[in-house]
Amino acid sequence: MAATIAPPGLSLTNEEINRYSRHLILPEVGMEGQIQLKASKVLCIGTGGLGAPIGMYLAAAGVGTIGLVDFDVVDRTNLQRQIIHGTKDIGRKKLDSAADTMLDINPNVNIVKYEAALTSENALDIVRQYDVVVDGTDNFPTRYLVNDACVLTGKPNVYGSIFRFEGQASVFATKDGPCYRCLYPEPPPPGLVPSCAEGGVLGILPGLIGVIQATEVVKLLLGKGETLAGRLVLYDALNMKFREMRLRKSPECPICGPNRTITALIDYHQFCGVPRETAEPATVQGDIDPTEVKALLDKHHHFTLIDVREPHEHQICRIPAARLIPLGDLPKRLAELDRSAEYIMHCKSGVRSAKACDLLKMNGFQKVRNMKGGILAWADKVDPSVPKY
Amino acid sequence: MPKILIPTPLRQFVDKQDAVTVAGATVGELLQALTNQHADLRKHLYNDEGKLRSFVNVYLNDEDIRYLDKDATAVKDSDTISIVPSIAGGR
Repeated sequence: MAATIAPPGLSLTNEEINRYSRHLILPEVGMEGQIQLKASKVLCIGTGGLGAPIGMYLAAAGVGTIGLVDFDVVDRTNLQRQIIHGTKDIGRKKLDSAADTMLDINPNVNIVKYEAALTSENALDIVRQYDVVVDGTDNFPTRYLVNDACVLTGKPNVYGSIFRFEGQASVFATKDGPCYRCLYPEPPPPGLVPSCAEGGVLGILPGLIGVIQATEVVKLLLGKGETLAGRLVLYDALNMKFREMRLRKSPECPICGPNRTITALIDYHQFCGVPRETAEPATVQGDIDPTEVKALLDKHHHFTLIDVREPHEHQICRIPAARLIPLGDLPKRLAELDRSAEYIMHCKSGVRSAKACDLLKMNGFQKVRNMKGGILAWADKVDPSVPKY
Repeated sequence: MPKILIPTPLRQFVDKQDAVTVAGATVGELLQALTNQHADLRKHLYNDEGKLRSFVNVYLNDEDIRYLDKDATAVKDSDTISIVPSIAGGR
């Protein structure tokens, strides 16, 4: 069983007995199970799309201690899916907003806030204090860090991941079960797989995957049922299909296999090839500020502004002078462009247009620049009437 | 012919289809046929040495081909191949 053994003498108050009555009359939970939940400690990493339903349901279920790790602030674009936060919380720390919602649902829960990013330096000390860890993060470095910290401390890692209309869920690092590295030994190179911010996500999707994770947490704590250890659930919301793949403990796994080579936490940013996040991204050669682009347009300077976003994004907002060529179509449409002409590329925030610049330069284009910060920066600096999405 | 299910992140390389049907007797032959039809997909499935990338798993029905005969795994017409890449979204 994953949970700490409930200390003898721990009991439920009359308020709790009343609150948990629908659990108490389930033979699989009962008084013993509910006290077990009260004695348990769960660490929830991230209080975003996945973390929202996880935090709310675990609080409602009466998990005694819930640790929350997050350092983000509530933003309006979060509210389409992060239902633990509300419109009134915009600008507040997600930790405070999430804790308020959870304590409103169940004031008996003890919430421990960690206002920090999980790092190789702090992860083991934090993870060690909990019975089960739930991974609600949104990036590869943290996912490998959570996995490794769980394997090294022997804590089950309840995994969920989402992209557009698809989700994955499993339970890793149980006593004899596989871990995340058994499933995927290495992450994709940065930029190959778009994030939800770049690729979009159905707001309800993290709700469903997060609820699967919360279910698995409660089962692990109660020691009941059959968990997802050794199985990978794949969910396709668009076609409403659930599939299940067999997941094996890899004999070659570098952290949980018989010939393990990883015995301590490593540098996960380096492992994933991701530069550490800095507050202000450095200006790279070839970047141009939106205000300068505006000045060039006003001067009728001869150049072409190319929008490399998708047509459905172009419908949301656009710069009138820009010509739409989605990044994915660019390789096939190079013949429409002139290698000696001047181009400025833009997208939503500057990531895809940087790739477009690289593509053009590799194909012999000389005068190519990237509009820094994309149309979001254009809305901030040039034209506030442009909606931000 | 066996069906290959294409995950969302890779659909942009196969004309936005969610499944592709190709002919072949092994998983390797099917993926070869698939990447011949859709050349842009190849670099997302295979590394420069021609090995399946370590963040992409291929399943024959519900079993990972790493635990079958890998590329040489035999395929029947009624089988479904799934390509399941790593995704990280959560917020």
